[in-house]
Amino acid sequence: MKLLTLNFLTCAIKTCKTSPASFPLHPRDCELEVVESESVNLPFLKNILPRLMWDELRVIADELGLPALPSTPPTRDDLVEPSSSSTTTISHAQNAGNAAEGQQQAEEKPSQTARDLHRVLLETCIKEGKLVCGNCGHEYKVMEGVANFLLPGHLV
Amino acid sequence: MPEYLVRLVQVHESFRKAELQALADVAGVGIEFVKYNQDSPFCIVRLPSDSAAEAVISRSLLSQGIYELWGQGPTYEALHTSIQELSSSKWLKYESTPFRFTLDGFRGTRTQTEQQAIIESFSYLGFNGPIRMRDPDVSFRVFEDYEDKALEPKHLYLGRFVAASGRDAKTAFDLKKRHYISTTSMDAELALLTANIALAATGKLFYDPFMGTGGFPVACAHFGAVVFGSDIDGRSIRGTGGSARKGQVGKKDVGGNFKQYDLESRYLGGFVSDLTNTPLRLLQHSNDSTNGGYLDGIVCDPPYGIREGLKVLGPREKLNVTERATHLDRFKEPTYIPPKRPYSFTAILDDILAFAVATLVENGRLSMWMPTANDEDVELVIPTHPCLEIVSICVQPFNKWSRRLLTYRRLPESEVSPNAPEMAKKEYEKGVKADELNDFRRKYFEGFKEFERLRQEPTPSEEDMMDSKGISGKWRKA
Repeated sequence: MKLLTLNFLTCAIKTCKTSPASFPLHPRDCELEVVESESVNLPFLKNILPRLMWDELRVIADELGLPALPSTPPTRDDLVEPSSSSTTTISHAQNAGNAAEGQQQAEEKPSQTARDLHRVLLETCIKEGKLVCGNCGHEYKVMEGVANFLLPGHLV
Repeated sequence: MPEYLVRLVQVHESFRKAELQALADVAGVGIEFVKYNQDSPFCIVRLPSDSAAEAVISRSLLSQGIYELWGQGPTYEALHTSIQELSSSKWLKYESTPFRFTLDGFRGTRTQTEQQAIIESFSYLGFNGPIRMRDPDVSFRVFEDYEDKALEPKHLYLGRFVAASGRDAKTAFDLKKRHYISTTSMDAELALLTANIALAATGKLFYDPFMGTGGFPVACAHFGAVVFGSDIDGRSIRGTGGSARKGQVGKKDVGGNFKQYDLESRYLGGFVSDLTNTPLRLLQHSNDSTNGGYLDGIVCDPPYGIREGLKVLGPREKLNVTERATHLDRFKEPTYIPPKRPYSFTAILDDILAFAVATLVENGRLSMWMPTANDEDVELVIPTHPCLEIVSICVQPFNKWSRRLLTYRRLPESEVSPNAPEMAKKEYEKGVKADELNDFRRKYFEGFKEFERLRQEPTPSEEDMMDSKGISGKWRKA
């Protein structure tokens, strides 16, 4: 499972859901794997940026021993290489209309910030390990990259 | 806005308009339907430009292509007059362009000689460029629409080809060629269609809570979305136990399917979970803006309880003190299997809606399949939620039952009616056996006999039918 998934996961136990401590789940004894992508999915990063729980992601990166994420989240503009913005204005004018938007995005180059973020969220995977709830301490196992959130009989 | 002719295919008719509308929404262009008929593969729409037409149709599953409409009429005479009126200004533009001119008949054919004569009758267009059947710069097509078994066509169109559809994907994603499938995998055409109607696109995040072998996530990833999914059965995600494919050996898993189509970079992963005890973050209160939705779309085919069990976590009967202690004692052992119980089908549908409300971004979409028995006398009940608006309902009919693709839009808080009651607490079927909990399953295995009987009896009164399935909002089958 890629690390971005942790941005959406909490404890599955209903009584934990209301507690702030149930998010994020804390990775423990994790074996990581980096699956490199050929290109950075810039439109996706831009779209998902406001939905990232930045402080919590920093905690996760820290607990996994990954390079620290900056203390404040990047802005959408930070994700784009500044030099590529001038060409996009021209192309936008030429292709007035809606098809232009896709082309505009295709011509934008991801910045180093975008590449770093892409590496952490969309290329780094948890292969084996545990995810632990900060509220109740329940451990969810990750095996072969698949986390198991099924609850035992007494916790449902 | 100019008029375009969409050459549709004559399958899954009730999905076609919903698909075109959805694709226009994805492309961000306005579409206006001028002429559409369930029984005809010829649909006339208004779109702003050729590039808009291409953006819409290039992803379409249920069409062959889109053409700029140059004329139409009930007879060739009328067609020629119409072409004179509509498009004479455009003729000169193609005077010396290499071109192709072909004929397409629906429910009728012409001999080679007849075809030639028809094409010759358009010589007044004055195209003097070379004829190229392969890779022409511009391509024209005459469409003949016949009544069944009629000798003469009832309507004719002439169009200039603008763009081909994305129907090729149906072959590329064909289940027969997919490495890893299961008994309930959705066929590729319908999975891709679901992804289109749910507005899967580049930059978006999609989730399938009943992923199985990942057919829907694969389809959404094909259209550019980043996807993830879950299933209560971990074996289907991990892939141990092999595939439904006979004689297949070696490790096959959901990740492998993404690799097969070179979509791995858009697959976040799958996890094992139960929708009624989901580990995903849920919006706690509808006015909680700090913790808003994060999914652009949810696509799923929930278990019907026929070929695959409809189960959720939890023991069938309430645990007593000693049983609880045993679970508490043993749950960390590697061989421990969490107990599961059958669940009400109407309840799971409502759970999906509630989950969608708690996870979708504003205007995000939920597309889910729902099976129903085909009976005119029993009211069809579509699940509803005050925060979700029904966008489209598409029907795939079978002999005695049918299934519907229900698509909802997550309403922005400002559009949710303040008077809308919180989703009413409903009484669902009670019981511990699958048949007691799942009406559809029971009817299915009884061979839908009940309906044969009902058909002969007088129609039950309105009052009797009210809330027969315990759900508000009623749609009468069209």
